[in-house]
Amino acid sequence: MMQLVRRRDLVCQEAVELATLYLEGAMSRRERRRFETHLRKCPNCAAYLEQIRATIQLAGAVDPEDLSPEARADLTELYRRWRSE
Amino acid sequence: MWCTYSVRARGPFVTRRPEAARGAVACEAVEADVDLLSRLRDGDEAAFVQLVERYQSRLLRLARSMVSTPAVAEEVVQDTWMAVVKGIERFEGRSSLRTWLFRILANRARSTGIREQRHVASGPAVDASCFDAAGAWAQPVAPWAERSDERLDAARWAPVMREALSDLPPRQREVVLLRDVEGLTSDEVCAVLDLSRGNERILLHRGRSRLRAFLGPHMEAVR
Repeated sequence: MMQLVRRRDLVCQEAVELATLYLEGAMSRRERRRFETHLRKCPNCAAYLEQIRATIQLAGAVDPEDLSPEARADLTELYRRWRSE
Repeated sequence: MWCTYSVRARGPFVTRRPEAARGAVACEAVEADVDLLSRLRDGDEAAFVQLVERYQSRLLRLARSMVSTPAVAEEVVQDTWMAVVKGIERFEGRSSLRTWLFRILANRARSTGIREQRHVASGPAVDASCFDAAGAWAQPVAPWAERSDERLDAARWAPVMREALSDLPPRQREVVLLRDVEGLTSDEVCAVLDLSRGNERILLHRGRSRLRAFLGPHMEAVR
């Protein structure tokens, strides 16, 4: 039987650098397995990844500010000018 | 005491993207855009006003991170609207209206040529001092008051998140704004900002890590 060379485990400092690749779904299956194996063994990295997830979710919930009536009126005025040019 | 931090039981580590959280909303917005687009082509002023209401603040937010002064940002956004009105006939609909708008804006901002430094900074996501010689966490990661789930109190943290976003270096902010705040796909982000996939990912990674670091003290304080 062929002997597979076992890759050494990730260390935390490497794992945190892989968080984005992992969350973006950009890892190979093998890389992902290695990363997830580390997460299962390391509560700190699991907590770190969870915090990155929460960060992404909070960023996605930031609404744009409301438009002022003045800005709307100005742009409507400009629209008419652009259309007539 | 957070040194006894335990991991809550959870399923497999599923990849979660920001779009997933508000997919339905994004989908609705895109459909509404299609309708707006055809009305805009017919010269419907109300359609233009609706488009402005939907995108003005978001365009301004991106513009502010791409140029040096708020006044220039306003100009860039106005130029973008003019390009939209004048160029609507030529818009082929190969990208979404949203991506098209952001791309026009990014091109205008870039051509103002005010911001010079466009290199991609690299550096660790977490400061090296947080790890021991073997690369393991030197101190346990302090847990946060909030977890990424449906109950996350986003409204409460919005002011801190806004502050965190404005603290990012411009290039990281551009990518995070488009990818995580606006919910564009990474392909769309690359197209809007003219970035390679690799650089987009580095900037996103650095930006997210920095946001987390900024939020940390606020999140840990509330327990």
